[in-house]
Amino acid sequence: MKVLVPVKRVVDYNVKIRVKADGSGVELANVKMSMNPFDEIAVEEAIRLKEAGVATEIVAVSIGEQKCQETIRTALAMGADRGILVKTDDAVEPLAVAKILKGIVDEEKPELVILGKQAIDDDANQTGQMLAALLGWSQGTFASEVKIDGGKATVTREVDGGLQTIEITMPAIVTTDLRLNEPRYASLPNIMKAKKKPLDEKAPSDYGVDTAPRLKVLKTAEPEGRKAGVKVGSVAELVDKLKNEAGVL
Amino acid sequence: MPTYTAPVQDTLFVLRDVLGYERFSNLPGFSDASLDVIEAILEEGAKLAENVMFPLNQVGDQQGCTRHDDGSVTTPDGFKDAYAQYREGGWMGLALPEEFGGQNLPYVLHTAVGEYMSSANMAFMMYPGLTQGAMAAILAHGSDEQKQAYIPRMAEGVWTGTMNLTEPHCGTDLGLLRTKAVPQEDGSYRISGQKIFISAGEHDLSENIIHLVLARIEGAPEGVKGISLFIVPKFTLDADGNPGERNGVSCGSIEEKMGIHGNATCVMNYDEATGYLIGEAHKGLKAMFTMMNEARLGVGLQGLSISEIAYQNAADYARERIQGRALTGPKAPDKKADPIIVHPDVRRTLMTIRAFNEGGRAFILWSALKSDVAHRSGDEKERQEADDVMGLLTPIIKGVLTDKGFENAVNAQQMYGGHGYIEEWGMSQYVRDARIAMIYEGANGIQALDLVGRKLPSNGGRAVQAFFKEVGEFCESHRDNEQMKGYTKALKKGLNDLQAATMWFVQNAMAKPDNAGAGSTDYMHLFGLVALGYMWALTAKSAQEQLDSGASDARPFLENKLVTATFFMERLLPETALRLARVQAGADSMMALSAEAF
Repeated sequence: MKVLVPVKRVVDYNVKIRVKADGSGVELANVKMSMNPFDEIAVEEAIRLKEAGVATEIVAVSIGEQKCQETIRTALAMGADRGILVKTDDAVEPLAVAKILKGIVDEEKPELVILGKQAIDDDANQTGQMLAALLGWSQGTFASEVKIDGGKATVTREVDGGLQTIEITMPAIVTTDLRLNEPRYASLPNIMKAKKKPLDEKAPSDYGVDTAPRLKVLKTAEPEGRKAGVKVGSVAELVDKLKNEAGVL
Repeated sequence: MPTYTAPVQDTLFVLRDVLGYERFSNLPGFSDASLDVIEAILEEGAKLAENVMFPLNQVGDQQGCTRHDDGSVTTPDGFKDAYAQYREGGWMGLALPEEFGGQNLPYVLHTAVGEYMSSANMAFMMYPGLTQGAMAAILAHGSDEQKQAYIPRMAEGVWTGTMNLTEPHCGTDLGLLRTKAVPQEDGSYRISGQKIFISAGEHDLSENIIHLVLARIEGAPEGVKGISLFIVPKFTLDADGNPGERNGVSCGSIEEKMGIHGNATCVMNYDEATGYLIGEAHKGLKAMFTMMNEARLGVGLQGLSISEIAYQNAADYARERIQGRALTGPKAPDKKADPIIVHPDVRRTLMTIRAFNEGGRAFILWSALKSDVAHRSGDEKERQEADDVMGLLTPIIKGVLTDKGFENAVNAQQMYGGHGYIEEWGMSQYVRDARIAMIYEGANGIQALDLVGRKLPSNGGRAVQAFFKEVGEFCESHRDNEQMKGYTKALKKGLNDLQAATMWFVQNAMAKPDNAGAGSTDYMHLFGLVALGYMWALTAKSAQEQLDSGASDARPFLENKLVTATFFMERLLPETALRLARVQAGADSMMALSAEAF
């Protein structure tokens, strides 16, 4: 079974994000970038499936500027077998990403696509679902456990009320949640090997996809700072404030 | 709670831009390690340091190691798992030859990653660090059979190593050592005696511990000419080369120390333990020096490492701690007080540490590159020149970087006021951990003597002359460069002081050796200042060139480099004049009092 793992290059989770002075977006110049943490979990899951003898080949895909190649190399160093870079300097939105991924799925014919439930830059949480819809495949989103057996995938999902376990038919889309696994560190020998693994370069036009943005960013602003709290004198006052000022009771 | 972020961007800048890493691509192991691979490796090493080792630093400090009644030793919680991750990542074998399972990557890369890991957890990194030293000695002086038997598993990290020199009555002067070796019919020896202060002497991280032990073969000459080096494995190897019978070596106790609590510092008792001679009989000191030179660079790196993490936290604290107002009026009018970073004296402290860290990083990576050339170049002259410089720089790296590392840790602690004295903030641990680096692997006073007494005169002063020439030519060739001349003028002044001090020794220390001894520590620091000044001049040149070529993304980074270079030249390098004056003062007032007067 072939597994496709899309990986996104995002601002590193440790970086304190700053909004650009003109409000057009966040500052990306000279900022540390790394693989979206949810995608790291996706890569790890694919590798575990391969180690368990369920998967046979792992293909890592990234869509974006040339430097996304480094993100693919990270996936290759962790244990993916080969990479595909779909190069574009546009800011690609989830729908365009899903369309490109559909094109790759049509070519590569994987039985499973594992991807992060969302990317930590714009937190859209859409790509996996859109891809499932475009392909007409089943989907198991927010996975905290995945078992694959006999053409079926059993996926435990992290939903608001707790955990929900579903069985879906393969081929399928799985999006990962934080508790699915703990990604490994790449070993030195594997970092060296990653350089020699095949990495194809494509363009969105190869899949007939127009990546022109459909959304317009009007303004980016920092959230308002947290305001100082107030001390209440009694329980009655607290209840009163919750009721009348906060309006939560 | 302290935090740590590995300075990957700075390491890359130093390697790529300041030192011109790509010029060395003809050396074996360098072609595989192109800059993109280097970056990937630094990033991965940084992750391991930040996420695995750093969280155990305070745990290790608080728990320490535990010796049990049967002589076994357990390391602090989490060390075993962290070591397993280090081992599985293949980090131990980074720069080791491929034939023994290593990656044969540049030593300079090993050094760069080592900085991150020692910053994150110095006590933890000593377990692999001692293993590196032991492997260096076996590789340089062991027989092929010994290399095959021990190196592959040590390079894999499955076995670790130690260095056993010190005895209760014998530290610096190894000629006094008493541990004895009795030859056996099968060619092995029976080793008996006691060794103290043995870092990583006993622990639960590896399947076997390979002790390298200095001992005296029965009937050997007195003094250092009668010392031999032996391999004494904790478990002797069976016919298949696997750990077999328990050897007669055990941990008698572990020391209660000021710092590095996470590392087990052991008293090791040898009771007719089976040992195997490395190299020739009575030539053990030479073999030991291979190990010590490696270890001295590692210890110098520890000085830098602690200075870096102490700086990062002090800088964060200075930005966050609000107290009082700026001399020039409120800078944070919306707050009750300004962050203390508005004060010039706080800046003085932070800039001093920063200028040392960045310059020191360049210095140690520059030296590590020399080590790569010395070991890997195909050109004999190039190898010899690099080896000369390495020999000269080793005591400076060890002595200066650890003296300054401790001083910087103390000054970073000072930024915290009273909180710096409270364990929770972490600064106390940095001070305590940094302190040992000035002492072990040859106390810094010994480093200074090694520099002045041994390294300066060696081969008619060939190494020091080459250093003077390189720095002098750099100053000369940039003298008329408007943007550079501010830096090179200051550097030239420092170089003149260093040359004057060297000349003073030539004229005044031959007839009166106390003059050399009296000025040695000041000379070592004078040398360190000029070396760091040279690094800052190279840094400024590289930053300026990139700014001129219009590099956009890195602009603030490069501009900060220029400012820090200026700060170093204006405020730190002038110390050379003071150091020179002390050297030239000679030994008279230092030696005049009778011993009873003290």
